[in-house]
Amino acid sequence: MFRQFAIIIGCLAVGELIVWLTNIPIPSSILGMLLLTALLQTKAIKLEWVETLSTFLTKNMGFFFVPPGVALMLYFDIIKAEFVPIVVSVVASTILVIVVTGWSHHITRIFQDKIKK
Amino acid sequence: MEYLQNQYFLLTLTFGVFFLARRLQKLTGWALLNPILLSIAFLIIFLKVTGIKYETYQSAGSMIDFWLKPAVVALGVPLYRQLRSIRQQIVPILVSQFVGCTVGIISVVLIAKWLGASKEVVLSLASKSVTTPIAMEVTRTLGGIPSLTAAIVVCVGILGAVVGFKVLYVGHIKHADSQGISIGTAAHAVGTSAAMQKGEMHGVYASLGLILNGILTAILAPYILQMLGF
Repeated sequence: MFRQFAIIIGCLAVGELIVWLTNIPIPSSILGMLLLTALLQTKAIKLEWVETLSTFLTKNMGFFFVPPGVALMLYFDIIKAEFVPIVVSVVASTILVIVVTGWSHHITRIFQDKIKK
Repeated sequence: MEYLQNQYFLLTLTFGVFFLARRLQKLTGWALLNPILLSIAFLIIFLKVTGIKYETYQSAGSMIDFWLKPAVVALGVPLYRQLRSIRQQIVPILVSQFVGCTVGIISVVLIAKWLGASKEVVLSLASKSVTTPIAMEVTRTLGGIPSLTAAIVVCVGILGAVVGFKVLYVGHIKHADSQGISIGTAAHAVGTSAAMQKGEMHGVYASLGLILNGILTAILAPYILQMLGF
């Protein structure tokens, strides 16, 4: 278990170091994820070394959003004052993103398969 | 009553409420009873009733949201497992990400502006689809309110997790990879964790959407808003 924590938190620490050194506008967690994938792909680390903790973290990711969500209570005034524009734009845009992303992925894939044949 | 501000008590409450909310969702099978949504609603009501400040709660809550970043790192494991299938689909993935990212930013900004939202709020909504750390950074660059963005981002994630698969069904988007990438692009990590429960393929494509839309939004949002006249 200690190895699991050391590797996953270690990838994050390297990500933080890269951001600190270069100031690139990519979050340290995304850099850490790409590093972890690279370590697995190059066989530098074994899958069993990170599997237990990574399964636990990815399966329960939603829970970690509860405390930041509670921060909503600080903005009740703004949200009340601009309730309609906020809710309508967010809901409409989210539905639109789901549909256009799914369709563009699906259509490009069919197109690509046809070219390959 | 001072005991109610105790960090361990507040942590117990957060774990306990989430556990019960998840039980309730499993028992009823209603997507609307999302455990994240229920827990947030309960905790806000609890803090309002007892008069405990958000800052006090956050000193306990930060122990939980600390794990948000390690959880994003852990997505590297499913990503590694599906690397081969991703390589074969690199063009569809990049095309759908570019489309999803630009449509997401332009639509939320224009609709909010037409309906009369203030400039600060419009700027805080632009990055609503991407994961919290990126979204807050984008809002800071644009000149909005970063912590408002953080709260909106969680709501968008819950929305995607609750209605996402219904929208896909109505839109006739049926393949696991297309479904996953849509949910991850629109609803970041909360959507991804909902997709994970559908299966590994869903989960991996959702994390791809989460990663790529995050990076694209960070790069494109400032230019798109400039073109829209902000």
